[in-house]
Amino acid sequence: MQRERLVLIGNGMAGMRTIEELLKLAPEMYDITVFGAEPHPNYNRIMLSPVLAGEKTIDDIVLNGRDWYGENGIALRTGDPVTRIDRVARKVVTASGAEQPYDRLLIATGSTPFIIPVPGHDKEGVIGFRDIADVETMLTTAKQYRKAVVIGGGLLGLEAANGLMKNGMDVTVVHLLDSLMERQLDKPAAALLKASLEARGLRFLMEAQTAEITGDERARGVRFTDGGTVEADLVVMAVGIRSNIALAQAAGIHCERGILVSDTMQTFDPRVYAVGECVQHRGTCYGLVAPLFEQAKVAANHLAHHGIARYEGSVTSTKLKVTGIDLFSAGAINEGQGDETLVLQDPGAGIYKKLVLRDNRIKGAVMYGDTLDGSWYFQLLREGTDISALRRTILFGQHDLGDAGHGDATRIAALGPEAEICGCNGVCKGEIVDAIVKKGLFTLEEVRAHTKASSSCGSCTGLVESILASTVGEGYSAAPSKKPMCGCTEFSHDEVIAGIREHRLKTMDAVRQFFEWKTADGCASCRPAINYYLMANWPGEYQDDAQSRFINERAHGNIQKDGTFSVVPRMFGGLCTPSDLRAIADACEKYQVPEMKVTGGQRIDLFGVKKEDLPAIWKDLSDAGLVSGHAYGKALRTVKTCAGANWCRFGTQDSTGLGVKLEQMTWGSWMPHKFKLAVSGCPRNCAEATIKDFGVVCVDSGYELHVGGNGGIKVRITDLLCKVETEEQVLEYCAAFIQKYREEARYLERTAPWVERVGLQSIKDAIFDETQRKTLAERFLYSQQFAQIDPWKARAEGADAHEFHKIEIKAA
Amino acid sequence: MTQWIEVAALDDIPRLGARVIKTRTLDIAVFRTASDQVFALKDECPHRKGPLSQGIVHDNTVTCPLHNWKIDLASGEARAPDHGCTRTYPVKVENGRVYLGTLQQETAAA
Repeated sequence: MQRERLVLIGNGMAGMRTIEELLKLAPEMYDITVFGAEPHPNYNRIMLSPVLAGEKTIDDIVLNGRDWYGENGIALRTGDPVTRIDRVARKVVTASGAEQPYDRLLIATGSTPFIIPVPGHDKEGVIGFRDIADVETMLTTAKQYRKAVVIGGGLLGLEAANGLMKNGMDVTVVHLLDSLMERQLDKPAAALLKASLEARGLRFLMEAQTAEITGDERARGVRFTDGGTVEADLVVMAVGIRSNIALAQAAGIHCERGILVSDTMQTFDPRVYAVGECVQHRGTCYGLVAPLFEQAKVAANHLAHHGIARYEGSVTSTKLKVTGIDLFSAGAINEGQGDETLVLQDPGAGIYKKLVLRDNRIKGAVMYGDTLDGSWYFQLLREGTDISALRRTILFGQHDLGDAGHGDATRIAALGPEAEICGCNGVCKGEIVDAIVKKGLFTLEEVRAHTKASSSCGSCTGLVESILASTVGEGYSAAPSKKPMCGCTEFSHDEVIAGIREHRLKTMDAVRQFFEWKTADGCASCRPAINYYLMANWPGEYQDDAQSRFINERAHGNIQKDGTFSVVPRMFGGLCTPSDLRAIADACEKYQVPEMKVTGGQRIDLFGVKKEDLPAIWKDLSDAGLVSGHAYGKALRTVKTCAGANWCRFGTQDSTGLGVKLEQMTWGSWMPHKFKLAVSGCPRNCAEATIKDFGVVCVDSGYELHVGGNGGIKVRITDLLCKVETEEQVLEYCAAFIQKYREEARYLERTAPWVERVGLQSIKDAIFDETQRKTLAERFLYSQQFAQIDPWKARAEGADAHEFHKIEIKAA
Repeated sequence: MTQWIEVAALDDIPRLGARVIKTRTLDIAVFRTASDQVFALKDECPHRKGPLSQGIVHDNTVTCPLHNWKIDLASGEARAPDHGCTRTYPVKVENGRVYLGTLQQETAAA
């Protein structure tokens, strides 16, 4: 069969990223021809600043060498640019007159630096800062000449100025306004930046409007409208970019500032797609790399005939690539009417942080000197989280809530290659950097797939991201604005949850069909999630699918690294009797359990039980009245208690009794992730209730309810939900909170990140409303009718027998 | 020459699941896909020896329960970017019965 022909005009980052994404989806679909105006293979343009600064070489930033094109069967034509698109004959024509027909065309012509048309702008020594040729010009000039002027005090201008200074030039930055990087920084942050750059040796001329480039053949200086002058052997204009639309415009494709594209990245001619800096999408032209990559993914999806992805625009954030300067900016940086600001200023330490808030939601962030929490603020901004509960601490950052001791990101650049980054999988910094460079990785997901770093507990995610940032530049791209559930779909968890509810999807097949899953059976990531969503939404109707459960939940025990299982019987509220203990002891002896341990949740763990022995040991335990502790499940785990008023001289309420009641109400329920409770009898809090998903601290006048705590990877102290007066209220509030979490959270999202994502206020709004609270609690209790069936007893009586028995044969 | 041994009924293996066949020397995982195709692999992930029989089966792949490596059921190869391969064994279904094949010389070697 004749393959379709795809032509790409523009061998830059956006276009080639689209090709890479396309090859992942449909490697055989097209004969691909790529036209590049520059003589180089595809390189990482955002790393030109470090090349100029001498921190990287050009070889370091090549993304796909010429051999890569050959290996993937792509024809690369550099140095013979396309001069005309003939849409009627469906072909492109090059400068040399060569013709290349297409079935689909992808335009990724990028942008050009805007050169201010003042007299003298065409002299030798006047350049923009865009490509390898510009960098080469700057490097050669720096060897012969001393004086440089950079016109434009924006992101690119400052990076160019810094690079030229590092090459020994005497650099003056000329800026039209009175404040640097005015699109990304407010005045206080800009002032800090300017002072810091001045201390490094840059000079600034603010509020200076260029009138003329003086000199003969070559530039010798710049004259301003106020009559002032400055000497210059090299003038770099960095005052903005213009989308390259001439080619598209001449072909009659509708353009405004950029080539107009729809949410599917198609131009007005549906055979012609466009991505990158040359496009205008919903009125916006993007000049940063993260949005381009999102566009590339969407364009590739449509080119591969999947036809389901949509690009809905990006919120962008900015970092300055000047070594030693930490700067972050996102969203609205200056407050509008009705906005509030939170500011932290520590001039001595050179730290400034500002958040712009509207209705308790972050609209913008500016950070200087300490940018560790930039990605967190950016996430809160994009998620539109109500941060009212965090207002008092948010400026101190998320790490203030504790981390796994990794410390701040600024030290990462200084770490040696042997420094261990991922403690779970033993991955060192050197391995990560190698994989990023050699395999051309750009996203956290790619680094996870190739190195396993940050793919287990995730506590080193921040470290891995900052290694990505320092290795590939800002192109590592913050998480995409919408994250698909897994590789089987473009839809997010939230969209699938909503779809299941709105369209009353009640089977796994119905869900996959409705959302047009790319795989027939789903995968190990989406199947357990959908199984949970169906169970949580249709209690009593949906039949649990054992084959979509992780082995622990299928076998009702925790798989250990040697393939044996552990068994943890439930002890309600941590209470037990001599006969319980005797039954456990007898079972351990009978089945030769190699090790017993008391768990952190006040239960007893029996390690090393052979899978085939599980139903028998369960039968013995079950006969003694013990039930599964669900220590293996994304489920209600334990209710930890202290001694309480029955025994303790400080106890204010019956904490053990309340713990037992809570556990009796909640045991057996399946959750998005594991869920732990605790009840402390007084504010001394011996049951550590304030690091639990739901914690109760008894006080003399009633019960404080705390939510969203976590004692694991990232220690997080609970937020106080409210105080109630009776045990009945505790039970009702607890049921309502659990149900809201069960219905709203994404699979594998603990309460801590869930509370931070949706905002405590939205949870309070639901729980404090009596009608909502009561219906949530009712729905929870209804679903418990179907969940509170002891899985151990059922299997001891023969259910799922095939799961536990090996088939023995005599052969070798 | 391949010698076929009857090991189970097809219905003994859950769809999108597996059963473990214990021989004198090793465990072999026999998988059944959604379309009732049957595959046999040594019950050991090439990564850290996780029991593949306990993994989640999807299309012609099983995901190892220990560290999520994805192993192709037909070839035993790990899916990129991971590298590694698990032994495959001949297996066939006839009249609803599952037969496992062993090579003569291997039986002798074992």
